[in-house]
Amino acid sequence: MPTTSPTELQPQGPTSPGGPLRRRGTADDAAGLGRSRASAFVAPALVMIGIFLVFPALWTLYLGVTNWRLTGAAAADPEFVGLDNYLDALTDDRFLNSLYLTVIFVFFSAIAGQMVIGFTIAWVLRLSSKRIRPAVEMLVLIAWILPASVIAWLWLALLDRRSGTLNTILGTEGTAWLLEYPMQSIIAFNIFNGTAFSMLLFGAALASIPPSQLETARMVGAGTWATLRDVVFPNIRGHVLTVMLLVTLWTFNVFTPFLLTAGGPNQQTEILPVFIYRLALQAGELGKGAAFSLIMILINLVIALVYLRVLRERRT
Amino acid sequence: MRTFRSRALAAAVLAPLLVVTACGDDDEAPADEGADDQEEPDDGEDEPAEAATLTISKNSIRGGKSTEEAEFIEDWIIPEFESRMAEEGVDVTVNFEGSGADDEDYKTALALDLSTGAGADVFAIDGIWVGEFAEAGYIQPLNQIYDGVDDWDGWSQINEAVQQNMSFNGERYGIPGGTDGRVIYFNKELFAQAGLPEDWQPTSWEELLDAGRALAELDGVIPIQLNAGTPMGEATTMQGVLPMLAGAGARIWEEDSGWQGASEPVQQVLDLYYTIYVEEGLGDPLLQQEAAGRDNSFLQFSEGQIGMLLEGDYLWRSVISPDSDLAPMENRDEVIGWAKIPAIEPGAGVDGQDFVSMSGGGGTVLNPNTEHPELAWELLTFMESEEALLERHAEQPRITARDDVNAQLIDDPLISYIAEEVLPITFYRPGFETYPQVSVALQEATAAAADGTTAADAAADYQATLEGIVGADNVAN
Repeated sequence: MPTTSPTELQPQGPTSPGGPLRRRGTADDAAGLGRSRASAFVAPALVMIGIFLVFPALWTLYLGVTNWRLTGAAAADPEFVGLDNYLDALTDDRFLNSLYLTVIFVFFSAIAGQMVIGFTIAWVLRLSSKRIRPAVEMLVLIAWILPASVIAWLWLALLDRRSGTLNTILGTEGTAWLLEYPMQSIIAFNIFNGTAFSMLLFGAALASIPPSQLETARMVGAGTWATLRDVVFPNIRGHVLTVMLLVTLWTFNVFTPFLLTAGGPNQQTEILPVFIYRLALQAGELGKGAAFSLIMILINLVIALVYLRVLRERRT
Repeated sequence: MRTFRSRALAAAVLAPLLVVTACGDDDEAPADEGADDQEEPDDGEDEPAEAATLTISKNSIRGGKSTEEAEFIEDWIIPEFESRMAEEGVDVTVNFEGSGADDEDYKTALALDLSTGAGADVFAIDGIWVGEFAEAGYIQPLNQIYDGVDDWDGWSQINEAVQQNMSFNGERYGIPGGTDGRVIYFNKELFAQAGLPEDWQPTSWEELLDAGRALAELDGVIPIQLNAGTPMGEATTMQGVLPMLAGAGARIWEEDSGWQGASEPVQQVLDLYYTIYVEEGLGDPLLQQEAAGRDNSFLQFSEGQIGMLLEGDYLWRSVISPDSDLAPMENRDEVIGWAKIPAIEPGAGVDGQDFVSMSGGGGTVLNPNTEHPELAWELLTFMESEEALLERHAEQPRITARDDVNAQLIDDPLISYIAEEVLPITFYRPGFETYPQVSVALQEATAAAADGTTAADAAADYQATLEGIVGADNVAN
C-alpha cells in the first residue's frame, strides 16, 4: 500500500501551489507518528502473527523432518529423518490419489458448482420481484449460516441408506448414496454449503454494472448470452477472480466432508485435509502429517500467487 | 497532545499483551495448584478443607455406548467412594468423563490429552495399546506412580495370563478388566426356516459357507456378516481376520519367524472374504463400509436380518441383552444360538486345533501426572474390588479379571460357554507397539478383498504395507 498511495495522490498535487511538498510529507507519514511510534503500533499485530502464524509454520516445517508419532517410542523421542517424509509424499499413491480427488472435488464443487450456481441465482434474482428475491436469498443464506455439523447431520438423514429422505422421495429404497456415490455426495453437500457466498458477491457485482450499458445492450437487441459475454463479464472480471480465489482456497481446505463419509468408503473421498487428519491423528503419524500439511500450505500459496498475478495483469 | 499520543501508544502496545498474559494465567493456574499439592501430599491431611478432585475416563456414556458401565460408575462407584472417603475424613470429589466414540477415536483423544500432560486421573485403555502408550511415556508402571501398588490383595485373584493383558516388559501398567472370547452367533429362527439344525456347529469353513448358502435362499436375509474394512477398526481384526487366520493355521506373529506376510494362510483368509462378499454375495459389503457399520450390523442382527455374525461376548451381554440401549432383544435367550469358530478343516488350526478363538481385554490405568496418586490408586482398587465387581456384574455377567468374582458370578449360559469351551482354545494378540498399525494394514486388506480385489493382490499390497511398518526382515517368508 505505501508504494501505491503517493502515486495516486500526485496527480492532484499541482493544482495547489506549494502543495506537492506538504502532500509528499503526509503521504510518507500520514498520521504524523514518526517511524518509531508507527512501528510500535504495528508491533503487537506482528507479534500476534509471529506467535500464531509464523511460529506454527516453522514448527510444522521442523516436525515434517522427524518421525514423530502420536504414540509409541517415536512419540517420546522423535528422530530426525531429513526429507524422507516429503519424498514419501511424492511417491505415495495414497497421497497422490488424495491430491487428485481434491482437484476433482474443488473443480466440481467450487468452480462448476458454487460459482456457476451462485452466479445463476444472482443473475436470475437480479430482475425478480421484491418478494421473491429476499425469500430465495434467505433460503440460500440459511444453508451457509448453519453450522457444518448441523448440515452434515441433515445430509446424513437425507442420504441414509435405510430410511433416508432421498430414497423415500425417489423410491430408490436401499440405495447407499454415501457408499455408492461418495464423491458426488460430498460435492453436492459442499455446493449446498457454500453457494450463498458466491451468490452474495455476484449479486453485489451485478449491481455495480452501469445500468446504461445493460440498457444499450438491450436496445441493440443483444440476447442474454451476448449481454453476459460483452457487458456483464468484462465489468465483473475482478469479482469473478476474487470469488474464484476464495472459493477455491476454502474448498481446497475444507474438512466437513469428513462428517459425511470420513474419507471412505475405501479412501474414495479422502481429500487432502481428510487424508492428513487420518494420517496424523487416526494413524498417529504426526511427522508425516506435518510434512504433508506443509505441502498443502505450499499448494495454497501457489493458488494465491497465480490469482494475484492475474489480478495485477488485469489492473495494468 | 504529546502525552495523549504516548498514552494511546502504550495502551495499544499493552492491550494485546494483557490478553496474552491473561490467557497464560488461565493455563497455568491449575498447574500451580497441582505443584503445591504434590509437594505436600503427606501433611495434606492437616488441611481437610483442601478438597481433592479425581476424574475417571472410559469409553462409555449414559444413554449411549456401554451405558450400563457409565451408569454404574456415576450412580454407584462415585457416590460410594466419596462417602467412604468422607468417613475417613478425606474430602474428595470424583467426576466421570464419558465418551461414546469409536475405540480408535477414543484412543486418539486420550493420546492427545496425555501428550500434553493432561488427561483423567484414572482411565480405561485396551490391552493392545499398553505397549505404544508405555513407549511414549504416557503411562508408567503402577508401582512407579504409587508405592503401595504391589501390596494390593487383588493381584492374587487375577491369574498371570490375564495380568499379561495390562503388562509390558514384565511391569504392571494397570488392573485388567477381564477377558473375552469370540464365537459365531446365529439366529435360530432363520436357521429353522433354512432347514438348518438348532444345535449347529460347523467343523470347517466349507460347512460355514454351506449354512450361508442355505440362508441365502431366504428373502431379505444377509447370511454371513464377517467384519471387514477400516471403519470397524479393531473389530475387523479381532472378529474377522485373526480368528480366521488362526483357523488357517497361523498366528499373526510368531516368536521365531516374525509377522505373517502374504503367506498362504493370509491368502486363504482373504479368499474367504472374497468368497463371502464378492463371489457368492453371502454378506453385505456395503455394511462393512458404512461409518456406523458395526452398530448397524448389531441392529440388523437383533432384528433378524443377519443369519450369522462373528462377535465377542460383548454382543451378548452389552448389545443384544434385553436391557441394552443399542439393539435390545427381548427374546435373546430363545432366538440366539452360538457355535465355536471352526478351522479351515478339522485339525488345520494353529497347534492342530479344530476350533479357534481370539481373546483380548482392556483394563484401567493411572495417569502418571495425577495430582493425587494415592487417592487415584484407592479409587482404582475400589473400582476393581470384589464388592464393586459383584455389584456391577450381578445382572450382567462377564468374565472378570478376578477369580473370586467369576466363581460367584458366572451362571449365564453364553458366558459359561466362553469360560469353559472357548478360553481353552483361544489366542491373544502380540503386545507390540507396532501391532495397531499391522492391524490397520490387515483391515485394509480385507476391505480390498470384500471390494473385489483377488486374495493374491490384496495379500501382496498388505505385504508391502507390512514391510513398511515392521521392516522386511521381520516378515516371515
